[in-house]
Amino acid sequence: MRHRLTVRIGPASFRIGSAWRAPVEQLARLYAGYPQDDGIADFTVRLQPAGWARQWLRPSIFITGDHGLADAAPMSLAHGLLAAEMGMNLQMALGWRRHLLLHASSVEKDGRVLVMTGESGSGKSTLAAQLGERGWRLMGDEFALLDLISGHVFPFPRLVSLKNRAIDVLAAEVPGERMGPLLAGTAKGDIRHLVPRADAVARMAEGAPPALLLFPRFGHGPDVRAVGQAEVFMRLTQASTNYVALGEPGFRALTRFVTTVPARAIDFPSGEEAAAMVDRLWEELA
Amino acid sequence: MSAALLVRALRDPASVAALDADGWNALIAAARAERLIGTLALRIGEQPVPQAVRPILADARLDAEREARQALWEADRAAAALAPLGVRTVLLKGTAYAAAGLAAGQGRFIGDLDILVPRGAMAEVERALLAAGWEWVKEDAYDDAYYRQWMHELPPLIHRDRDRMIDVHHTVLPLTARQTPDAAAMIADAVPLAGGLCILSAEDRVCHAAAHLLADGDLAGGLRNLWDIHCLLEEADSRALDRRAALHGLSSHVRQARRIAAALYGTGAWLTPWDRIVAARLLARDGWGRERRKLLVFAFYLRSHWLRMPPLMLARHLWTKWRKGYRPA
Repeated sequence: MRHRLTVRIGPASFRIGSAWRAPVEQLARLYAGYPQDDGIADFTVRLQPAGWARQWLRPSIFITGDHGLADAAPMSLAHGLLAAEMGMNLQMALGWRRHLLLHASSVEKDGRVLVMTGESGSGKSTLAAQLGERGWRLMGDEFALLDLISGHVFPFPRLVSLKNRAIDVLAAEVPGERMGPLLAGTAKGDIRHLVPRADAVARMAEGAPPALLLFPRFGHGPDVRAVGQAEVFMRLTQASTNYVALGEPGFRALTRFVTTVPARAIDFPSGEEAAAMVDRLWEELA
Repeated sequence: MSAALLVRALRDPASVAALDADGWNALIAAARAERLIGTLALRIGEQPVPQAVRPILADARLDAEREARQALWEADRAAAALAPLGVRTVLLKGTAYAAAGLAAGQGRFIGDLDILVPRGAMAEVERALLAAGWEWVKEDAYDDAYYRQWMHELPPLIHRDRDRMIDVHHTVLPLTARQTPDAAAMIADAVPLAGGLCILSAEDRVCHAAAHLLADGDLAGGLRNLWDIHCLLEEADSRALDRRAALHGLSSHVRQARRIAAALYGTGAWLTPWDRIVAARLLARDGWGRERRKLLVFAFYLRSHWLRMPPLMLARHLWTKWRKGYRPA
């Protein structure tokens, strides 16, 4: 394809091809600190015109690649950066087999990992981004990679996708050159990408054992609840896109995770409150 | 076209030693797009490949193993559901190759479960499957009536717990196709496997695969079907195959399949101009995994409808589907 870029994020490398220049230029800038060599990639991502005239006329992107969804909604070229991110996520979600993939954010401190999982909008992404600016190492805001043999969690520190109110919260804390362009009016509202800190990128091959699992929920009065192992197991199978594909090794890895890592559900009204709750629970349980 | 790279790698796995990074990226993208990555991984086997390629091929091998395991479990469940009927049930395509351990099944991607049963038993087979947890995929009166009146299979069923599809055939080509293979003879001569199911005879397997590739459909994903044919031909007796193809009215399709399989995957063959056009359609895949030669691809799409029905019926069908909002991709 005319415009291309290969980038490595954690253990996975992506060859991204685009019919347009802009998405690749934005990616190249925001992923400048990541390995970008033209080697053999794990996945191919394609940003191609959604119809025969859609390269020029009301440009519209169809996201696909080695793995794709036939009914994926086309996206405006103005959201090309988001399209590229979604394309990479799609390859991981549908094609990654070397770890158990959990739809979760994760951060590390003192060689142990805090994993946070929940629905879109639960605040797991924002919370991980905030902790990543306050003494924790950000491992990823979207996927936590659970090693099938060691049981350690490995990072997938792609750009953090900040949505709506979370944008201002983080923009106030981090320098402007680590923020991507504002993508207004996407299917999920306004989005701005945040480049993880240099140490998170430099250490993206480094895993660590999980020590605490949280189910965060933003927008409620502060509360902490225990979650039984059976429920944790069930919710994590739902949060994993490759649990079924991995078969028995996936079952063993998840069983080990669930039986050894303490879990709590936390409700919080603000990021400040959440950070304090996380510190308390980390002292207590991890 | 990178599909040519893929074909060469399947024909001569040692040829991958000469690939650079761009070549590998193109080969992997084409193999994934054609759903031949598992087959490619097994063909390459233990040959030395670049470090970055090893885990990609290992993943593909594991995926293929899982495909086969799931497909055989589906076949087992269908066999259990149909056992009380005492109806001869023949596995078709990928599941058949995996169940019988055939070369064509090695690393093969397997989608739906396809079975062939006698036409007279369709109603009771349908009832037994519905009772065992399979459900209709789409409730659409036109599609349902269309399948039942004109097609060679029931509308697709999906299992409500396992989310896997089953296609129940009573013959191997649509009833509107110009050829009318002898499905009763195929069932009568099927080979029993352990577990109560059968597979087609070696010669009928080739006839079915050739009919599926060349007398039905638009050749999308045809490189895999052609690989099947290439492997299945090894197990078929050449003269018995000629006789069998004649019985089914598929002689010219089987001959063409042999020529193109030999040209792309074997030791070469003399191709007619029409063979070359079919081969060009099969190879329409580039190094990014994109389908190219759009006009040719669209022409084969039109041809697939032409093959399936007479012109007036085709016009009525396309008009009905268009009004329902369907557009070719």
